[in-house]
Amino acid sequence: MTDEVRPAPALRAGPQASSTALLRVRGLQVWLPAPRGAWLQALHGVDLDLDRGESLALVGESGSGKTMTALALMGLLPQGARMSGQIELDGQPLQTLDDTAWCALRGRRMAMVFQEPLTALNPLQPILAQVMEPIQVHRLAPDRTATRARAMELLEQVGLESRMAAAYPHQLSGGQRQRALIATALAAAPDLLIADEPTTALDARLRVQMLALLQSLVADRGMGLLLISHDLALTARRVQRLAVLYGGRLMEQGPAAELLERPRHPYTQALWAARPRLGAGRDQPLHPLPGSVPALGQTGAGCPFAPRCPLAQPRCGEQPPAWDGGLACWEVGP
Amino acid sequence: MSRLRLAAGLVITGLMLAVALLSLVWTPFPPDAIDMTQRLAGPGSTHWLGCDHLGRDTLSRLMVGARSAWLVGLVAVGLGLIGGTALGLLAAATRGAVETVILRASDLGFAFPALLLAIVLAAALGPGMLIAIAAIGLHAIPSFARLVNGSAKSWWARDFVQASRAAGQSRWAITLTHILPQLMPLLIVQGTTQFALAILAEAGLSYLGLGTQPPQASWGRLLAEAQTLMFEAPQLAMAPGIAITVAVLGLNLLGDGLRDWLDPKEQAR
Repeated sequence: MTDEVRPAPALRAGPQASSTALLRVRGLQVWLPAPRGAWLQALHGVDLDLDRGESLALVGESGSGKTMTALALMGLLPQGARMSGQIELDGQPLQTLDDTAWCALRGRRMAMVFQEPLTALNPLQPILAQVMEPIQVHRLAPDRTATRARAMELLEQVGLESRMAAAYPHQLSGGQRQRALIATALAAAPDLLIADEPTTALDARLRVQMLALLQSLVADRGMGLLLISHDLALTARRVQRLAVLYGGRLMEQGPAAELLERPRHPYTQALWAARPRLGAGRDQPLHPLPGSVPALGQTGAGCPFAPRCPLAQPRCGEQPPAWDGGLACWEVGP
Repeated sequence: MSRLRLAAGLVITGLMLAVALLSLVWTPFPPDAIDMTQRLAGPGSTHWLGCDHLGRDTLSRLMVGARSAWLVGLVAVGLGLIGGTALGLLAAATRGAVETVILRASDLGFAFPALLLAIVLAAALGPGMLIAIAAIGLHAIPSFARLVNGSAKSWWARDFVQASRAAGQSRWAITLTHILPQLMPLLIVQGTTQFALAILAEAGLSYLGLGTQPPQASWGRLLAEAQTLMFEAPQLAMAPGIAITVAVLGLNLLGDGLRDWLDPKEQAR
């Protein structure tokens, strides 16, 4: 791997490409219930845009709000959580949907690949049955035979041998399970695929493979891909756009190539500088980021990165910087 | 050791079922046939376990009692299991107010003594085996509901259930396809244990005159009839007493054995 910045090739637009963005998120805020009637704010206004055939990586450290964003998009926030802001899929607002409408939408219009391939499959069902589920739920095949055929086709597309179809999850390796999960997510041919850390539980060699698989599938189908990751170095070159999240706020967003060439936000710079480099020589020190991610509810009034920021001024800790030109920072203006 | 328990439980319960089934087609004597010449006869070659105060064959009545025990156990546990599981699953799937109502109602059910429930039912509808079955079954509902609710909630938190939700599956379909199958081992074990409790409860209710009515035979009924003759013919009380003890022991062994056998964590030890 070299440090050269090579943006991912633009993906072919899908057949139903239209003028409205596939996904449009504005001012997404999420509060989680805490003991004694208190509320912890997990997201402080997140804006995202994603088109068909486009891939966007949402990058941040653990606890920055990546998974909360994904769950909010899927309408699967934990029981009791509160949400405000706008989420639009193809121009259709999602926050007003009822349970039935959500069920018709989930899986069919947008699907999700979960983080842990070990636990995201039902241990009591063979793989094939689990790939068939979304096809049956959304009645995309006339009968069981057709459903089966379609599921077998999907397994083949993700690179699973047909003899794996009858296997139970515990009989498969981590990589095979992840492939099965991807097949399940793609089963109802969604327009938007959300992949929450799809490679974290895998070996380093498999990660690259799995990302490549996801991307080729997304490209073939003209889907939008929202890739959630804590690994900037792994994902940055494989997506077209990057959004950097910290403490429940967006720090910076823009085309991946541009962002890596000229990271403007001190947090993006620090994150990029902290990546390990292959062939850098053993005397080359790593550049870890000093300090740690603030816990939920521990962020001050201002920019959540202020306590760790080398450029921080007094006002950074007092008032959150406005989101301006794909950047939220007091010190590094657009 | 757990294999031994399972085997012993299977043998005893199987034997009890075989006797109950056999009593449908054959008993040594008709269970209600009165023969005053054999009144309080001791165990012998014609009447293996002797006769009661009306000269009825004890072995035949014991066999019919096994049938009553199975009937009560199956129907009452079936009622409790189906009702309790449905309520528990409903509470886990909906959460919120529905769950609170179901769980608080279960608490109320726990607080209400089974015996009082049986007395109320018997007072309102007249005593009988059906009343005993209804009382035992109704009383089993809260314990099944709470058990199922707790376990179902822990399964709801699993990733694969969330993944199924993300695939667009409705709560009810998830409950049936992903939650219920995981609960099967639990339900089998709990059902077996409740079966033993139901047999004990039926014996108790019949003994008090709230359950099976004469001339129908059940183990509790046999005990009640033998009570007054304790010193003249102790074998009359011993036969049903031993039958109840062995049946309950067998069912508990079966329940324990099944629990160990169905739980992969136990097996690994």
